[in-house]
Amino acid sequence: MEMPVLSVRDLVVEIPTRHAVLRPVNGVTFDLHRGEILGMVGESGAGKSMTGNAVIGLLDRPARIAGGEILLNGERIDQLHGEELRRLRGKHIGMVFQDPLTSLNPLLTIGEQLTETITEHLNVSAAEARQRAVDGLREVGIPAAEQRMDAYPHQFSGGMRQRVVIALALCAEPSLIIADEPTTALDVSVQAQIIALLKRLCRERGTAVMLITHDMGVIAETADRVAVLYAGRMAELGLARDVLTQPNHPYTIGLMGSTPLASAGRARLYQIDGSMPRLDALPSGCAFNPRCSRAQSKCSQDPSPSLAAHQDRAACWFGGENAQ
Amino acid sequence: MNSLVVVKNLTRIFDVSKPWLNRVIEKLPRALLTAVSNVSLNIEEKTVYALVGESGSGKSTIGKMVVGLLPPSAGMVEVEGIDLFKSTDDDAVDRVRSDIQMIFQDLFASLNPRWRVRDIIAEPVAARSGKTDGLAERLLEQVGLSSKDADKYPHEFSGGQRQRICIARALASEPRLIVCDEPTSALDVSVQAQVLNLMSDLKDQLGLTYLFISHDLTVVRHMADRVGVLYLGRLVEEAPRDDLFDDPKHPYTKMLLEAAPKLDGFDRTPDLPEGEIPDPINPPSGCVFHPRCPLAIDRCKVEAPEARQIGRSWTACHLAE
Repeated sequence: MEMPVLSVRDLVVEIPTRHAVLRPVNGVTFDLHRGEILGMVGESGAGKSMTGNAVIGLLDRPARIAGGEILLNGERIDQLHGEELRRLRGKHIGMVFQDPLTSLNPLLTIGEQLTETITEHLNVSAAEARQRAVDGLREVGIPAAEQRMDAYPHQFSGGMRQRVVIALALCAEPSLIIADEPTTALDVSVQAQIIALLKRLCRERGTAVMLITHDMGVIAETADRVAVLYAGRMAELGLARDVLTQPNHPYTIGLMGSTPLASAGRARLYQIDGSMPRLDALPSGCAFNPRCSRAQSKCSQDPSPSLAAHQDRAACWFGGENAQ
Repeated sequence: MNSLVVVKNLTRIFDVSKPWLNRVIEKLPRALLTAVSNVSLNIEEKTVYALVGESGSGKSTIGKMVVGLLPPSAGMVEVEGIDLFKSTDDDAVDRVRSDIQMIFQDLFASLNPRWRVRDIIAEPVAARSGKTDGLAERLLEQVGLSSKDADKYPHEFSGGQRQRICIARALASEPRLIVCDEPTSALDVSVQAQVLNLMSDLKDQLGLTYLFISHDLTVVRHMADRVGVLYLGRLVEEAPRDDLFDDPKHPYTKMLLEAAPKLDGFDRTPDLPEGEIPDPINPPSGCVFHPRCPLAIDRCKVEAPEARQIGRSWTACHLAE
């Protein structure tokens, strides 16, 4: 089998506080292959952004990687510091954030920002860098790309700005893109455009994408596989179609049930009572057990079975048997 | 049926010009933004009327004018037959005002952090010097919290619980109409389900009427009886829920429904919408949707369409059928 672009093994992120050590990411394992789009879903606080930030080395102190491995094209990247890390970002991993305005520098034209990134990471002349930047803008669908090179970020609309950010993330030809809620701040019609763009570019170039979102609809239309996170752990991992249509983990089942569906009409929405536990008050055993309708005594004693990549789909003692 | 709210030719124009001196020096014209343009609609009692649209479509501005937070520039809003801004009957205005409440999107900004939950919930009644004994406790239990929570402060609650507190406050004055402006947009989907269920239950128990403002089509489809679609401040289509979702007439509605991600949309390649929402200060001539419309003909560039009835839908489009 081909070597995965990104391989995350038992990743643990810790935040030491005065009272306790919090683990926003606790044993996350997955592989991401060339040209694949992996969706990361979960509610706020599930650890999806934390996982993305850990991969690209953007954890803010005091958060730190406390265990596990992250391999990019077979090489460990979780131990890198300073200069090595800087070379990695942009060159090998591109990042698209939720808010396109804060991810662009307001004082530089977008042309300057693109050519800076290109000359920094690729060995090309200034003229060629400019040409590549224009091509990049054209490819993401910015009209009159040549003229727009000299425009500042505030002169673009929200959707156009997010296109610029995608051009920026792709300009050094990275093998992996981390897209953290790339369309959450955008309107529905613009969201559809941006999602289609991201999908097309990554397919064409074989770029792997880690798509972090809370929107199940976006996952269904975009992702090949999906990982469902709950309280820092992987609850379920599988093909998007399987996980969404036949969820195994009680949390995924609840999540799908509580999403209003066109076909269900006015029927009462399925309710998962309670809310995600705070990180300093995680229940013992499976973190989902207090909200789980199937919980038995085993669930509050043994931690939930870990989810080895490519094997079990749901990290639940009863998931496989009781599903549906 | 009885119309609780009647909105007629409602228009709201905001002056977004630069200050006078800048205008003189830079020779700039006045800039007027028409946030809501000539919108008419009726909301029947005990139903849910939903307004959908993208950002800048004027849905929140309409909501604010219905509760009386913003005066209209032209046209009128009548609740229970009383125009809150023009009526001279002070007693009637006062009575109607206590029948209208609002729930906002921002759960952090809409609760005073220095007040106890008891005082927050009882305020709409206390402000009219009504009896507030045990009121907060009763309402807290009604929205699924504990009566002991009345002594706590807002920061002690999660997002979903805060929205429940906002709902309890909205219920305190026993309103008939609640304007809900994106009530679940800031919530996670499992918490959203709890809040939507609660809102449906309360509506049935108390006979409430909702004006439900949202950009989320799935939520609207779940909650609404009747839906109005706004584009750039114009009501482009209005129809009973099932007609709108199953058989949309206006090209913008079709575009919106097509663009929304579907839960079962595996391998779907949606027809992508063209372009973006135009600048509301200089809206396009004729039908404001024509630059993005796949059907547009020359007539659309010149003549703004009037709303026409097709089946059970009202559509402002020359070509819809």
